Amino acid sequence: MLEGKDLACERGGRALFSHLGFTLGDGELLQVQGANGSGKTSLLRMVCGLTPAADGEIRWNGTAIAALGEAYRESLLYLGHHNAIQDSLTARENLSATAALSGLVLSEREAGEALRRIGLRGREDFPTRFLSQGQKRRVALARLMWSKARLWVLDEPFVALDAAALALLAETIAAHLGRGGLAVLTSHQEVAIAGISAQTLNLSP
Amino acid sequence: MKRVGIVSVLGAVVRRDLTIALRQKSEVLTTLFFFVIVASLFPLGIGPEAALLRRIAPGILWVGAMLAAMLSLQRMFAADYQDGSLEQMVLSPQPLGVLVTGKILAHWLLAGLPLVLIAPLLGLQFDLDGRSLAILVASLLLGTPVLSLIGAIGAALTLGVRGGGVLLSLLILPLYIPVLIFGAGAVEADAAGLSASGHLALLAALLSLAAFFAPWATTAALRISLE
Repeated sequence: MLEGKDLACERGGRALFSHLGFTLGDGELLQVQGANGSGKTSLLRMVCGLTPAADGEIRWNGTAIAALGEAYRESLLYLGHHNAIQDSLTARENLSATAALSGLVLSEREAGEALRRIGLRGREDFPTRFLSQGQKRRVALARLMWSKARLWVLDEPFVALDAAALALLAETIAAHLGRGGLAVLTSHQEVAIAGISAQTLNLSP
Repeated sequence: MKRVGIVSVLGAVVRRDLTIALRQKSEVLTTLFFFVIVASLFPLGIGPEAALLRRIAPGILWVGAMLAAMLSLQRMFAADYQDGSLEQMVLSPQPLGVLVTGKILAHWLLAGLPLVLIAPLLGLQFDLDGRSLAILVASLLLGTPVLSLIGAIGAALTLGVRGGGVLLSLLILPLYIPVLIFGAGAVEADAAGLSASGHLALLAALLSLAAFFAPWATTAALRISLE
């Protein structure tokens, strides 16, 4: 269970939001909405523990995330604005490098399988510099295919994706929630995730 | 999929950085060529007076190696910072200190070790004898990892700062002074007929001190830079 209590955020001396709270149970989805600059990314970074909250606290299963440290990061997957892929590495190498960070060894076959499922068949061994924006995003999203994390924090996951990839991503998120996982995501577009009623959190004043 | 220990995570970080660097060879080569050119300019500028060249050689080779190692410092975390990989490292369940140690090790293999290997060749231009060359290599072997270790702290602190390169030099060069003194001092001491072992022992002490504290300080600096 993920809880945010009385959260406040300040960027560059300006208060973005305050007294924000949410509770997210197993198998639930939180969709964060708001205008540009309303603090969506800041909230997501707070949930990950990258940025400390100006006020308030985020708890994972009842314990503050700052106190949990590595135990919390074990159950967390964060996909930010940036794809976290290196241009000169191939899609497969990028995926293995990210897996290593989570302490997993992904065999060639497993990495290839994840990339095929996200629709990058035949592009596995291309340097990612030659891929399009949407394809790069798919490489980043391929992590979702093998991730064992319970909590997914996704910042604008639908940007740059075509219709087929959108559907696949919605399906993947639905499957994750179906397994009892949790997801927090920001999006400007309403994306229907089958059978899931999302909680929405609106940051616009 | 199987879980792995800390050593393989360290290995994976090093391997990733080496692969990236070897695909963009310019990074390794600029460092190396800078060292070669700086060290070659001095004999050309000063003239072929063997006794004088022998005397100034340790200092010049050491300063050259130091500046060359510093050239590539800024790139240690910059690419990972820009593409978001650094965020992923901070959020990894693996201890960040281990990942940082891997990055530092990779930096040394790419920017430090090549300097150590080419130094004896450059030493010949200064008419250094075999014994001095051996001590020069030993001092560089102990000293260049310290440059990467201390440099990592500066690189992490100046991440995302405009004009970070100049700031980094101002921050880090003063901290390099002890390494320079003992590194160049080792070769000079031997040339003067004294034992170089004292200087080398001090360099080794600096290395263990830096190896212990630098990853920890770099980790703290990275967390601040990413906030």
